[in-house]
Amino acid sequence: MSTITQLKAPADYWETEPHHHPEGASTNIGFWVYLMSDCLMFAVLFATYGVLHGNLAAGPGPKDLFDLELVAINTAMLLFSSITYGFAMLRMARGDQAGTLKWLAITLFFGLCFLAIELYEFAHLIHEGAGPQRSAFLSAFFTLVGTHGLHVTFGSIWLVTLMVQVKKFGLTSANQRRLMCLSLFWHFLDLIWIGVFTVVYLLGVI
Amino acid sequence: MAIPTNVETTFLLGRLNWDAIPKEPIVAVTFVAVVLGGAAMLALLTKYKLWGYLWNEWFTSVDHKKIGIMYMILGLIMFVRGFADAIMMRLQQAIAFNGSEGYLNAHHYDQIFTAHGVIMIFFVAMPFVTGLMNYIVPLQIGARDVSFPFLNNFSFWMTVGGAVIVMASLFVGEFAQTGWLAFPPLSGIAYSPWVGVDYYIWGLQVAGVGTTLSGINLMVTILKMRAPGMTMMKMPVFTWTSFCTNILIVASFPVLTMTLILLTLDRYLGTNFFTNDLGGSPMMYINLIWIWGHPEVYILILPLFGVFSEVTSTFSGKRLFGYTSMVYATVCITVLSYLVWLHHFFTMGSGASVNSFFGITTMIISIPTGAKLFNWLFTMYHGRVRLELPMMWTIAFMLTFTIGGMTGVLLAVPPADFVLHNSLFLIAHFHNVIIGGVLFGLFAAINFWWPKAFGFKLNQFWGKVSFWCWVVGFWVAFMPLYILGLMGVTRRMRVFDDPDLQIWFIVAAFGAVLIAAGIGAMFVQFGVSIWKRNDPAYRDVTGDPWNGRTLEWATSSPPPSYNFAFTPVIHGLDAWAEMKEAGASRPKADYIPIHMPRYTGSGVIIAGLCTVFGMAMIWYIWWLAVVSFLAVVGYSIYHTFNYDRDYYVPADEVREVEIARDRQLAKGV
Repeated sequence: MSTITQLKAPADYWETEPHHHPEGASTNIGFWVYLMSDCLMFAVLFATYGVLHGNLAAGPGPKDLFDLELVAINTAMLLFSSITYGFAMLRMARGDQAGTLKWLAITLFFGLCFLAIELYEFAHLIHEGAGPQRSAFLSAFFTLVGTHGLHVTFGSIWLVTLMVQVKKFGLTSANQRRLMCLSLFWHFLDLIWIGVFTVVYLLGVI
Repeated sequence: MAIPTNVETTFLLGRLNWDAIPKEPIVAVTFVAVVLGGAAMLALLTKYKLWGYLWNEWFTSVDHKKIGIMYMILGLIMFVRGFADAIMMRLQQAIAFNGSEGYLNAHHYDQIFTAHGVIMIFFVAMPFVTGLMNYIVPLQIGARDVSFPFLNNFSFWMTVGGAVIVMASLFVGEFAQTGWLAFPPLSGIAYSPWVGVDYYIWGLQVAGVGTTLSGINLMVTILKMRAPGMTMMKMPVFTWTSFCTNILIVASFPVLTMTLILLTLDRYLGTNFFTNDLGGSPMMYINLIWIWGHPEVYILILPLFGVFSEVTSTFSGKRLFGYTSMVYATVCITVLSYLVWLHHFFTMGSGASVNSFFGITTMIISIPTGAKLFNWLFTMYHGRVRLELPMMWTIAFMLTFTIGGMTGVLLAVPPADFVLHNSLFLIAHFHNVIIGGVLFGLFAAINFWWPKAFGFKLNQFWGKVSFWCWVVGFWVAFMPLYILGLMGVTRRMRVFDDPDLQIWFIVAAFGAVLIAAGIGAMFVQFGVSIWKRNDPAYRDVTGDPWNGRTLEWATSSPPPSYNFAFTPVIHGLDAWAEMKEAGASRPKADYIPIHMPRYTGSGVIIAGLCTVFGMAMIWYIWWLAVVSFLAVVGYSIYHTFNYDRDYYVPADEVREVEIARDRQLAKGV
């Protein structure tokens, strides 16, 4: 009672030549899937902010607190760092190790500027008595923006690690793959920041 | 609400001190027994010089098969713990009548029902399911390992780390007294000021990292590592259901992680996400956690639907009826599982329209699930059904799970739910589907694939004893809870006023004893089978003891480290059945070197450091938290400097293994 209609010759059922999976073939899609899971973490934070942003508990609200000019500078820093990371990848494609490292260093500089400005903003808010404990709105604000900042911090640590590895081992295929993953991560953070900038700062002040 | 200032902490040990060791007799005796047993085991391992073997062959292994087996062992150990909690609850509820307080005080009892739920879901069902997928999926798709073998090892040890944290709470401090999902405001710092909820949080967070990474890993494995010719619609059903499960893991565990982070911030930094004051919203926690929690129940059951499909078609000697509809039903359930979370709290008060929406979506899920049941029945119809143990468990599942599903549909009716919410009816319902679905499925899977993993079959007699004790025990233990629930008894009660209820609790306790006998018989079954493993009646020399249909039966039992000497090429569904028919079971060609990943200890080390970090955070030992956190980051970076991660198994070695297998096959015939 066979339901199989067309059988092949026995030799057609096994691959007797070496079967080659290109090294690291899964890394790219694996990292994409990881980024999507990370994206969901941010989705929870955005949803939380959406629900709680009006719960001021008689404390200060977005209009009292946000300094759009500072945030604009901050946004510029992060966007610049994405462009410069792109330049680093262009150098990498050309096999230019020194050029790659140079642009990575510039990327790191912009990333650190972004973090410094964010820390200044946080310190300023806490100093004004608008810390994360003050109201549900501020809890949600600090956590959403702070989680993004933590990601940039880890991205920066990763960036430094990769710079050392490129310097030490060259632009090997493994290192190129790693730079590619960090590139995805870095641009992903940029994208999240566009969301933060729009939902938290712009909509908050309008 | 920040951390209470009246907590006495020291720099060196945080809030850990002598008073943190529970001195209740029950806990103390357990503690002494565990210490003695543990010491005896360590002594035996040292005496027989097994440490090197365990470390080199198992702990540092990146072989998906060994990791799968380790997951199963973890699940089994934690199952014993979780069941001990269950039987303690049944005993307490059976005797706490007529003014008796029972034998458990409230503080202890509340920890037990919390620990039971947490352990059974996160550290029994999840490791079982993950272990099963780890072992079977790469074999079924004709791959040599998963996409990220190191990550696989690391994920496993993170799960172990979470289990260690939860187990530590038994003897140092306390566990949460909040119920298994730790709803605020009860789980907030104001009402749960000590370490219980922190144990809960960090145990789940450490294990959750492992679960998420393993979900990504298996999902990518199924996408990228399938043998040539295996299109998506030629994948075995178990691989399909695993694929959907891993999508659900990746798309829901981040929600749990973030929700618990927010609760952590409330507890540690005094933020106001879920507090009662300053704008916090406890109901938001309940929404968020069920947005993870409902997909989670499908994470648990879907792979077992796959198991039942494989078992039914193998033991009916037929192709699965309605393969395509089975795949679409699975995908439908995957999507729908995200649209029903609110049915866990119809009583929130979100109004008739919202409740109707979620009630209807919930009922819709029973349609694809019903389609699956009919597919299994039609597979058996006109089949030559062999009533081996896996098939017996499958039939028990069909009968049990269907009833559980129907009581679920009852609960999906919002007005009915207002009456039954948080009652023992609900408890009976979800045990009916989780035991009848997930556990029965796991037992089917264990009996089905054990010969593949170890090269010998399981004892039938003790398997049947276990089966009947379990199935009868389940009905005796949980039917009284349906009745009690209908009479209005709520869950998590410690003492009762109405003496009329007692008889039902006594019956339920008797059922729990029957289940205990079933568990005991299962261990006897394992023991007897291991004892007689070289007996020809048990030995599986063919690699295909059940006349299987999918690729895992194409290799030896147990499979060599590289799974297949040559990569199979797939032309249709049920690849191995087709190969057998075409007379293509053993390829003849020159053996070639095989590319494999290297073993590494990094997974154990990083997961160990994460566990230390969790413990330090629980006890407010800040210096240790900082040190262990830096160590995690530092060691991870150090690990990335190791570029030498794979090697080739030389052709000679492959030839030796395969010639030994040829000889074994010749002897078997």
